[in-house]
Amino acid sequence: MRTLDALITESPVFAGLDQEQLELIAGCGQNVVFAAGERLFREGEQADVFFLVRHGVVALDQDVPNRPDVTVETVGQGEIVGWSWLLEPYRWHFTGRAVELVRAVQFDGACLRKKCEEDPALGYALLTRFAQVLVNRLQATRLQLMDVYGNREH
Amino acid sequence: MATASIEASAAVRGSMAPLPYRVVDKRRENHDNWTLELEPVADAIEPIGPGQFDMLYAFGVGEVPISTSGDVEKTGTTLVHTVRAVGAVTNALCAARAGDVLGVRGPFGNRWPIEAARGKDLLIVAGGVGLAPLRPAFYHALAHRQEYGEVTLLYGGRTPEDLLFRRELERWRARLDANVSVTVDAATTEWHGRVGVVPKLIPGARFDPEDTVALVCGPEIMMRFTALPLVEAGIPADRIYVSMERTMRCGIGLCGHCQCGPTLVCRDGPVYSWDYLESLMGVPQL
Amino acid sequence: MPTQATTEAVTLAAADLDTLLDALRGRGYRLVGPTVRDGAIVYAELASAAALPAGWTDEQAPASYRLARREDEALFGYAVGPHSWKAELLPPRVRLWQARKQNGGFAVDEEPPAAEPTAFIGVHPCELAAIAIQDRVFLQGDYQDRDYAARRADVFLVAADCGDPSDLCFCTSVGGGPEATEGFDLALTELLEDGEHRFLVRAGSAAGKAVLAELPVHPATATDHDAAAAIVARAARDMEGRFDSTDLHDLLMRNLEAKRWDAVAERCLSCANCTLVCPTCFCTHVEDASALDGSTAERTRVWDTCFSVQYAEVHGGNTRPTTRARYRQWLTHKLATWEDQFGSLGCVGCGRCIAWCPVGIDIREEVRAIRAEEEQHAHA
Repeated sequence: MRTLDALITESPVFAGLDQEQLELIAGCGQNVVFAAGERLFREGEQADVFFLVRHGVVALDQDVPNRPDVTVETVGQGEIVGWSWLLEPYRWHFTGRAVELVRAVQFDGACLRKKCEEDPALGYALLTRFAQVLVNRLQATRLQLMDVYGNREH
Repeated sequence: MATASIEASAAVRGSMAPLPYRVVDKRRENHDNWTLELEPVADAIEPIGPGQFDMLYAFGVGEVPISTSGDVEKTGTTLVHTVRAVGAVTNALCAARAGDVLGVRGPFGNRWPIEAARGKDLLIVAGGVGLAPLRPAFYHALAHRQEYGEVTLLYGGRTPEDLLFRRELERWRARLDANVSVTVDAATTEWHGRVGVVPKLIPGARFDPEDTVALVCGPEIMMRFTALPLVEAGIPADRIYVSMERTMRCGIGLCGHCQCGPTLVCRDGPVYSWDYLESLMGVPQL
Repeated sequence: MPTQATTEAVTLAAADLDTLLDALRGRGYRLVGPTVRDGAIVYAELASAAALPAGWTDEQAPASYRLARREDEALFGYAVGPHSWKAELLPPRVRLWQARKQNGGFAVDEEPPAAEPTAFIGVHPCELAAIAIQDRVFLQGDYQDRDYAARRADVFLVAADCGDPSDLCFCTSVGGGPEATEGFDLALTELLEDGEHRFLVRAGSAAGKAVLAELPVHPATATDHDAAAAIVARAARDMEGRFDSTDLHDLLMRNLEAKRWDAVAERCLSCANCTLVCPTCFCTHVEDASALDGSTAERTRVWDTCFSVQYAEVHGGNTRPTTRARYRQWLTHKLATWEDQFGSLGCVGCGRCIAWCPVGIDIREEVRAIRAEEEQHAHA
């Protein structure tokens, strides 16, 4: 069985980190499983964790008053769910739901924040990688917003 | 008596007169797309290939270029076109009923290079109504399955209700010899599929980048934001093909409207390789 | 240097020009040529040589065209006016077909070719070049234009060498010249010295030769040839250095985002005058119409212009919504991408677009400025 530090290199987010850093990060992680339909976290709750999806699909849902709930994005294998743990007020912006069976590595955000404060080099390395995740999400969201498939009748 | 004038060739190729075709079947695909099946009233046009288009004429209203969306190897002289109602002509075409007669000129343009892709993995990436011009290529691959390696269809739509050919997609998805992934830009939680832009499906797709031909079709911006990750994934730019769209009035290279820089889309396209088109698409408003 | 063998060239007295026109009329040709109308030299049907613009010339500058009297009575002593021969070969409005509904659909009646045999009188070499350019577009592609082919099939071309290029002419800079070298049935060089008004006439085809045989011509002398040669040589010299066409295609394709495009877009009114007067511009669109009761329909081909906002409309948008984009399209097509599409330059250096642009945009100046902008960046 592979150790966690080996497993987490499955994600491009952790690519390029050295063995010591990987072990530090893995030290804050544990394997978790969610059944189809189960919620990983709820919008508004304290965000102390984040996930690396190893198998399955997680939907990020938004509760829209007076309208059906919306799935803003789905996140799959090798992708990270959650950045709210990094920045105050550490609250989830969406609800996470397993669309099908999900196997993931759950990371203790508070634990990792502490390690980053102690080791600024690790902190910088993680922050730049999460910034990239955010940038990619932002760009994808913008494309979704553009509604490129929409019908613009004259 | 030979003059400095040019001899009028007896067989001038290039008519602006449409042939009458009757609507024999009409299917609503979603709220603004219909698939029409047309049969020649008398003369038929030459056989159309995947990627090519016809100029469809609504009597007295006008003409528009529409790609073929059918199984061209099986439909004989019947033409299959999926039309989106966006303007006067397409609204008139989509309002046609079985028995009505439309006009057809064609086939025009070039084809998806599916024969050249034999022996390779085939990766088809469609966005929105772009699935319609790609469907003939997908049909061809399924009909000649042994000639290809992995055959993959990645399809991104606006919402689950906007997806074209929904039932067919589900049938294709159930096949053991094809990989089909679908995503939408927006959905309610009732949708149990993927939500997000189409390039997100690329990392999970099965293909050998060094031995893959990719066919991409959709709105221009979608083709751009899809081609880049394909290149990043290792597919050479000259093995990625996209289908361009430009204003067309004649379809035969004589009216000037479909120019994009040095190329006439009705004549040199609509299918182009990405390595040719990338620099052109990089110039806004070319 | 005349390209026809000296033995074939003859002279015809200017006073006898009507014999040429009559001979053509006798063969069933309708005659179209230059005449003065509304303060310009335009192309219209000619009743006789008396309708030609004897003693008139044109003075042209950016945004300016004026007629002026000559000191002599030259019949073809001008450069080019607002008309070009494309109005004959590619008329502004042509009905392509009519259709009527019937049982089981509709029947289409294509318009029979409206071609009347027509003789073009006084075609300057730049215009011969323009006709050849449009021949490539309409006749030498995978598809041909039926109407153009029919009209072009029975045209008799009487060229006139150019002795008076305007200040805007630059044919020699784009592969042309003031002497007609090919593509004509007859070519005239107007000779006016020594009080003798005559034409050196060269035949360029069997039909031209046959017509010439009926006219009261005299063998051309060495003096005639020298005089003709001197005229075209002087005209070519006058046009020297007016346009640097070095590396023209690649220069423009390298500089599609030059600041110059913004500058010219500030001036350009997108009025389409340039495309109307340009002898090679060929863009058309089709109008589909039907009777009020919907029983009949017709399709008409009409001149279009890439400067029109609707030109590049696609559903859901417009690929060239700005004047900057449309001006750039016109210029780069004319001077660069035409070559990619049709194998030749699109411009013949006639200068019409410069004279008839209401704000006087000069394409020679635009190219020069783009070249200078590129050089500036190279040294920055």
